Amino acid sequence: MSNLVFVAAAMLITVGLYAAMTRRNLIKIVMAVSVVGSGVNLFLVGTGYRENSIAPIFTNAPSLAMVMPTPQALTLTSIVINLAIVAMMLSFAMKIYQHYGTLDSRERRLKK
Amino acid sequence: MNLLAHAPALAIAIPLLAAFAMPIASRVCKRLPKALSVAALAFTELLVLSLAAQAFSGKTITYALGAVSPDNVAAAGFPVRIILEIDALSALFAIASATIALLAIIYSIKFVKDGSKFFAAALLMVAGMLGMVFTGDIFSLFVFIELLTISSAALIAFYSGRGQPYEAAFKYLVVSSIAALMILLSAGLFYGQYNLLNLAALAGVLKFTFLDKIALVLLTAALAMKCGAIPLHMWVSDAYGEAPASVSAMLVVASQASLYALFRISFILFGKAPLIETIAWALIVFGVLSMFVGVSMAIMQKDIKRLMAYHAVSQTGYMLLGAGVCLAVINNPAALTAFGIKAIEGSLFHVINHTLYKSLLFLTAGAVIYRLGTRNLNEMGGLAKKMPWTAAFFVIGALAIAGLPPFNGFASKFLLYESVFLFSPILSAIAMLVSIMTLASFVKVFYAVFLGNEVKTNVKEVPLIVLAPMALIAIAIILFGLFPEIVLEAIVKPAAGALLNQTAYTGSVL
Repeated sequence: MSNLVFVAAAMLITVGLYAAMTRRNLIKIVMAVSVVGSGVNLFLVGTGYRENSIAPIFTNAPSLAMVMPTPQALTLTSIVINLAIVAMMLSFAMKIYQHYGTLDSRERRLKK
Repeated sequence: MNLLAHAPALAIAIPLLAAFAMPIASRVCKRLPKALSVAALAFTELLVLSLAAQAFSGKTITYALGAVSPDNVAAAGFPVRIILEIDALSALFAIASATIALLAIIYSIKFVKDGSKFFAAALLMVAGMLGMVFTGDIFSLFVFIELLTISSAALIAFYSGRGQPYEAAFKYLVVSSIAALMILLSAGLFYGQYNLLNLAALAGVLKFTFLDKIALVLLTAALAMKCGAIPLHMWVSDAYGEAPASVSAMLVVASQASLYALFRISFILFGKAPLIETIAWALIVFGVLSMFVGVSMAIMQKDIKRLMAYHAVSQTGYMLLGAGVCLAVINNPAALTAFGIKAIEGSLFHVINHTLYKSLLFLTAGAVIYRLGTRNLNEMGGLAKKMPWTAAFFVIGALAIAGLPPFNGFASKFLLYESVFLFSPILSAIAMLVSIMTLASFVKVFYAVFLGNEVKTNVKEVPLIVLAPMALIAIAIILFGLFPEIVLEAIVKPAAGALLNQTAYTGSVL
């Protein structure tokens, strides 16, 4: 059971990569990147998890069995970065739509 | 405060702070953003040079952000610390990044109308590049790669009159963010097994388990994608081609920073791994493919900047080939001294030379496009008389990229030919063939742009502030070509030594 989180993370990453490679709609590609990001974040949090332990906050801690704080710090950073990336990709997609009137990546490839 | 003692942190912090000061600066005075960014980059360049002077004398500089020692678990809780580590290899790439960025920014002063946004993104890019080459741990590497990615995407899409720059930037973002997430995933793989993120500490404890192998493959693929090796090159031609010329020059050094990470990880982390020969051959195959396919694609192009972008792919192949050859014999001391060290020296020397001539070529292309208003080679011609200086700089860059003596490209390519020949004569022959094709392609460009019929009569030479950065790079190219031994002894050999001496890198941290 304890490996379930890694299986889920691997599935999210695979699904995201597959979608990023095969989808034609730019919004769907952005979603795919976001799903890969979630998979990686889940994996990071999963590496630091310990059963029957509490959040790593020292104030009034009932026990000292805590989950690892470092992966959580990494995950927080990575969530913020992913947010920035997704926001930027969406704004590019919006601009592309304004210029070409379509979001299909086949319709307006860079020619030459 | 002792400025030099904090130089590693300041070199990253100053461009970062200057970038966020841009909106305020543009409120104060219209010209202030330009002055501020040039001043910030000039100061950063001085800091990097002072660090490099120490690093090239054989010293490895470590700078701890946060806790002073890893055992300091006393009152403050657990030891949060991030190590910046600068040895001769980091210094080589840092000088290339800082110098080209400074010159590219001076070059773009003339072209950029509303400066604050452009310069803010450019300064963030410099902070990202320096962070990548200075950082000593794999998670900060991810953070700096993302910083670099976001700022370069903003710059690629900077001229927003048309739709194509947005497409190029979108493509670049998708590719780069997936690559960066794979780096984060491998950081997680390392952390889950060893509770470590520091590269030097990891190198000491790595057991080359199955998960480590996965991490190695992910890291190699992600970084090869970021430095634009074929078959992962699809973003290069769009991004370099659509970006403003000064940004293309900075993107060249940005992809060199990814090359640094690739070298650092494959040599320092996995130099003793049992499967290193497979990775070495992967690098060699990537390298040869990039060289050959890159130049073949370049010959067909009609757009001057896309053509140069494909040449950048092709030249990156030389560096990968050199590194691959060295990595293939890294655990065989006899072969390493016979030709392995020479191969990596050639590869690193080529990094310096490539950043110089490639950025010079992109800057001349930018000057031509600025005056003619077109990027199509068929619509250009007869510029040699109207723009004599630009033409001269273009010739210097073109001869250097083709590897003709006495320009700098010759020196590094000759080292590569020699060493690769001892490893495999066929690979060396391909490398020479690619050089000849490069020359053919640039002869065509020179003829199309600077000779032939004049298409426009009222063309003038570009202003002095645009010519000055190109002139400085051209002088450096000639000097590096005339005195390659000095550069080799002073810069390249310490860097190659740092790459091959794993214990020096790990020892200075622990």
